[in-house]
Amino acid sequence: MSGYPLLSLAIWIPIMAGLLILAVGRDSNPGLSRILSLIGALAGLLITIPLYTNFDASSTVMQFVELAPWIPRFNINYHLGVDGISMPFIILNSFITVIVVLAGWQVIKFKVAQYNAAFLIMSGLFNGIFCALDGILFYVFFEASLIPMYLIIGIWGGHNRVYAAIKFFLYTLFGSLLFLVAQLYLFIYSGGSFSILDWHQMPIPMGPQIAIFMAFLIAFAVKVPMWPVHTWLPDAHPEAPTGGSIILAAIALKLGAYGFLRFSLPILPDASHELSWLMITLSLIAVVYIGFVALVQADMKRLVAYSSIAHMGFVTLGFFLFTPLAVEGAIVQMISHGFVAGAMFFCIGVIYDRLHSHLISDCGGIVYRMPIYAAFMMLFAMANAGLPATSGFVGEFMVLMGAIEVNFWVAVIAATTMIVGAAYTLWMYKRVIFGPITNHHVEELTDVNKRELAILLILAFFVMAMGLYPEPVTHIMHTSVNDLLRHVAISKLQ
Amino acid sequence: MDMKSLYLTVPLAPLVGAALAGFTCRVAPRWFSAGVTILGVAISLVASLLVLQDVLAGHTFYGNLYTWATSGNYTFSVGFQIDTLTAMMMCVVTSVSLLVHIYTIGYMSDDDGFRRFFSYISLFTFSMLMLVMSNNFLQLFFGWEAVGLVSYLLIGFYMNRDTAIFANLKAFLVNRVGDFGFILGIGLVLAYFGTLDYKTVFDAAPSLADKTINLVGSAEWSLMTVTCICLFIGAMGKSAQVPLHVWLPDSMEGPTPISALIHAATMVTAGIFMVARCSPLFNLSPTALSFVLIIGATTALFMGFLGMIQNDIKRIVAYSTLSQLGYMTVALGVAAYPIAIFHLMTHAFFKALLFLGAGSVIIGMHHDQDIRNMGGLWKYMPITWITTLIGSLSLIAFPFFSGFYSKDSIIEAVHFSNIPGSGYALFAVTASVFVTTYYTFRSYFIVFHGPERWNDAAHVAAAHAHDDHAHDAQDAHGHDDHGHEEHHHGLQPGDKPHESPWVVTFPLIMLAIPSVIIGYFAIDPMLYGSFFDGVIAVNKGMPVMANMEEEFHGPLAMAIHSIQTVPFWLMMAGIVVTYYFYMVKPSIPDALAKKFSGIYKLMDNKYYFDAFNMAVFAGGARKLGAFLNRFGEATIIDGFFVNGSAKLVGVVAGIVRHFQTGYLYQYAFTMIIGVFALLTLWFFTT
Repeated sequence: MSGYPLLSLAIWIPIMAGLLILAVGRDSNPGLSRILSLIGALAGLLITIPLYTNFDASSTVMQFVELAPWIPRFNINYHLGVDGISMPFIILNSFITVIVVLAGWQVIKFKVAQYNAAFLIMSGLFNGIFCALDGILFYVFFEASLIPMYLIIGIWGGHNRVYAAIKFFLYTLFGSLLFLVAQLYLFIYSGGSFSILDWHQMPIPMGPQIAIFMAFLIAFAVKVPMWPVHTWLPDAHPEAPTGGSIILAAIALKLGAYGFLRFSLPILPDASHELSWLMITLSLIAVVYIGFVALVQADMKRLVAYSSIAHMGFVTLGFFLFTPLAVEGAIVQMISHGFVAGAMFFCIGVIYDRLHSHLISDCGGIVYRMPIYAAFMMLFAMANAGLPATSGFVGEFMVLMGAIEVNFWVAVIAATTMIVGAAYTLWMYKRVIFGPITNHHVEELTDVNKRELAILLILAFFVMAMGLYPEPVTHIMHTSVNDLLRHVAISKLQ
Repeated sequence: MDMKSLYLTVPLAPLVGAALAGFTCRVAPRWFSAGVTILGVAISLVASLLVLQDVLAGHTFYGNLYTWATSGNYTFSVGFQIDTLTAMMMCVVTSVSLLVHIYTIGYMSDDDGFRRFFSYISLFTFSMLMLVMSNNFLQLFFGWEAVGLVSYLLIGFYMNRDTAIFANLKAFLVNRVGDFGFILGIGLVLAYFGTLDYKTVFDAAPSLADKTINLVGSAEWSLMTVTCICLFIGAMGKSAQVPLHVWLPDSMEGPTPISALIHAATMVTAGIFMVARCSPLFNLSPTALSFVLIIGATTALFMGFLGMIQNDIKRIVAYSTLSQLGYMTVALGVAAYPIAIFHLMTHAFFKALLFLGAGSVIIGMHHDQDIRNMGGLWKYMPITWITTLIGSLSLIAFPFFSGFYSKDSIIEAVHFSNIPGSGYALFAVTASVFVTTYYTFRSYFIVFHGPERWNDAAHVAAAHAHDDHAHDAQDAHGHDDHGHEEHHHGLQPGDKPHESPWVVTFPLIMLAIPSVIIGYFAIDPMLYGSFFDGVIAVNKGMPVMANMEEEFHGPLAMAIHSIQTVPFWLMMAGIVVTYYFYMVKPSIPDALAKKFSGIYKLMDNKYYFDAFNMAVFAGGARKLGAFLNRFGEATIIDGFFVNGSAKLVGVVAGIVRHFQTGYLYQYAFTMIIGVFALLTLWFFTT
């Protein structure tokens, strides 16, 4: 398979499929758009499978590399490649795209072709982010992916969609500009290279390292999002359509975190160590402060959005502990959060399709009308609360164990998520699912249909499989994580 | 069949049963759900007995099934450790579970959730077996949380009852507080031992006995003390020790069979089991043992007090369970781990018996749980009466009964101990003998003897039902709501209590047998024989067990000797006092309650633990959340920072809004492509 440009295919198949749907899709024939987008999404998923099966888990170099000059004047290259850190996200992204297409199948009736096209194009762009090895290429994908997401919220969103879309766009754009400036500095400083891998090797004095670190931090922190630049997320989620929320939670939040691994840590090891106290503090605030804020949310989507921020706090915490256990735990947490938060938002969407509300107070007693749904949501809620044997436990556990190695009190603060995370998730579950039936809309609910059941089953399978046997996932990242940490351990100050 | 397959059969048979019953719970006939789960647990019991036999023949096992995950230098596995402790726990769990499964056929016969219930209790059995069979801390934690999950599902089994879904959330969160400590303890083990496998950790423990760590400032803390206390906090949650005991009385919201199986016989003893399993660690920290001892003694005495004033038949047994768990914890605290496990075993049988007996009474009373409405039931429910009497005698440690051997051994062990706190513990466990007898026989006399109060109660209840049919869901006890609209609770006028069907009485009889005899036969091998050699570590600094062995001259002599001891006479006094209070002069208890109204109020409010938790933790968390949401999120971040740049946002938004005309989105897509195209064009032309 190595003969095929798998990474290019992973990027361009969904984008081409999206463009094709835009070209042929008609409002009068939404069925055709749906079929085409499912084919496109499935083709995009299939093409990523050889990435896993042909991956050499013992190699420290980038794999499936593609390199072609793009803008030679500035030494900008179309340079793609993956390691054990980025490869799982390409598969995850392509998988979630299929889920999103299925999730919108009967639900989206307005501009079906454009809706699906936006998701497919975004999927390709996300894949581009995860495999770009050229700074400018990364930047182009990184920024371009904002546009479809902005449109998805702005066009297919709720009542307050325009406010949410603009807040989302401005917040993230703000970070990106600093990111570009930092890249230009690195370009000049390296004597004219945009290659991320070159930057990994390049010595940089402390002052510039700190400055670039801060620029990267702002760009990535907004995307993660980290406290205190997180407030766009709880506004974006309730306005986004179900598919938008799934993608936002499952993939878009991972971009910033991935940026830390690809840029901040290996390019700026000394600044990373110097400022790890800051990152750990911000992460712990995210875990604790956001946990309490999540507790009092009245809107399910806002609640799960806050819960996502808290979970991403664990991710950034893990990165800046610099131990293999913590970093791998953080990556596992990212992947797991893709499934669990995706599933949570899908579950909320199932209710929204029926009740046209995601307010907790509009629900209650759903278990009597939707027992199958309630059983699945119990599983995902427990995964969200980090119950062992679900994927949600694995990452949290590994990061906590890593934290204890480094500092007992960091672990103590982080471990409060065991209590707070269970409190906000299960309290919501209690009010939504249990108790007496509160209104006649709930009285009239019908349980999940076959399509919804299929999606729930697929997600449940991965949540359980990763919880019971995470080794296939952790196995592929060992070499890359160890290599990354070796980089981080070597000072670049000369 | 080789032994490894046999070991696998033990947990997997109930899992398969649970899966089959669970996935078909909406379509299968009832006999299928009951049959398939009972078959699964029966297979598991037979396999467990074979394993016990094999272990007694000297064959132990320690090995991994598969590698769960690897990271850095760590390997996490799933595997089994089969030794006498494990084999004994497996037999206790599967035998009680099997009897509870059979009992459920009768108890849940008219419940809509019949099939779901069977699936849950088999899933519980699987989880509990994985917990006790584990050979490492990670899998222990898996089982630990899985039993907590099933407990959560079962406490909230009647999902439309506010009290039930309040109780299950409370149980889960209080247990999570314990788990918070537990996982930190596990983390310390991993950080300092480099593995979570029992064998490696326990072998390496002595070399780290003097290791200290820096936690606050420059103070040096013993690693073992911190680790053991963290682990024990987990046990405090699961085994309901003060102050994390608050969930257990409320867990009585669940159906009675699970109160017997989960909240008396097995799950709540997981903490006791865990500490006994970790005896090589706890032995290295006298400080941690003192902590364990004091918590256990407090639980044993003060939770017993609360049992004295309860009127709900299940809550009396629940407080009794708290008190008995306190006894086990006391035994752990004086490093007499085998005695703790011994009491765990006898308690599993007689407490399951008492709970199932209470359930049988509840069936006979048509789901009335208030003992004030009962009386004289011995005439109508003879099997329930006799078996409950046997369970009660075992619980109060009447000589020759199982409970006598285990509980008297605990008191004696405390007597021989001299670690800090043992004086207090000795007082607590001795005084508890009277308390135990008081609440047990108070309930026994009121329920089975005396006047037939249900005659009056039925008329009152019937009148009440006409006045106010609305379900009293807010009632803190929630005992008169079974989740069925059509269900009239309590006996109707003219009705008489009746004996329960054989599926209910058969388990009672089967549990009565070990409640009488197992102590007599097991005390010698388990406490003074070689049963736990090499499994539970001997504490060299505290020769409690050795001292006791010198005093022990066989179970017969022990029972006869007990007549000269204080606990025996305290127990006899308890029987006499309750007989006088509740059979001869029933006005006395009320008069006492009035006289000591301050103490009564304190006890009636359960020492205000619940009120405190609701106000400070639950209420405080919500207030803090609301404050952060309003002030931190809305005012500071969004209000000041985001809207502080409102002008900028306004300007840019004004521009961006132009793109919101509905069909311009296609231009946006074109834009991305355009960026690429232009840059590429530029590349070709230069």
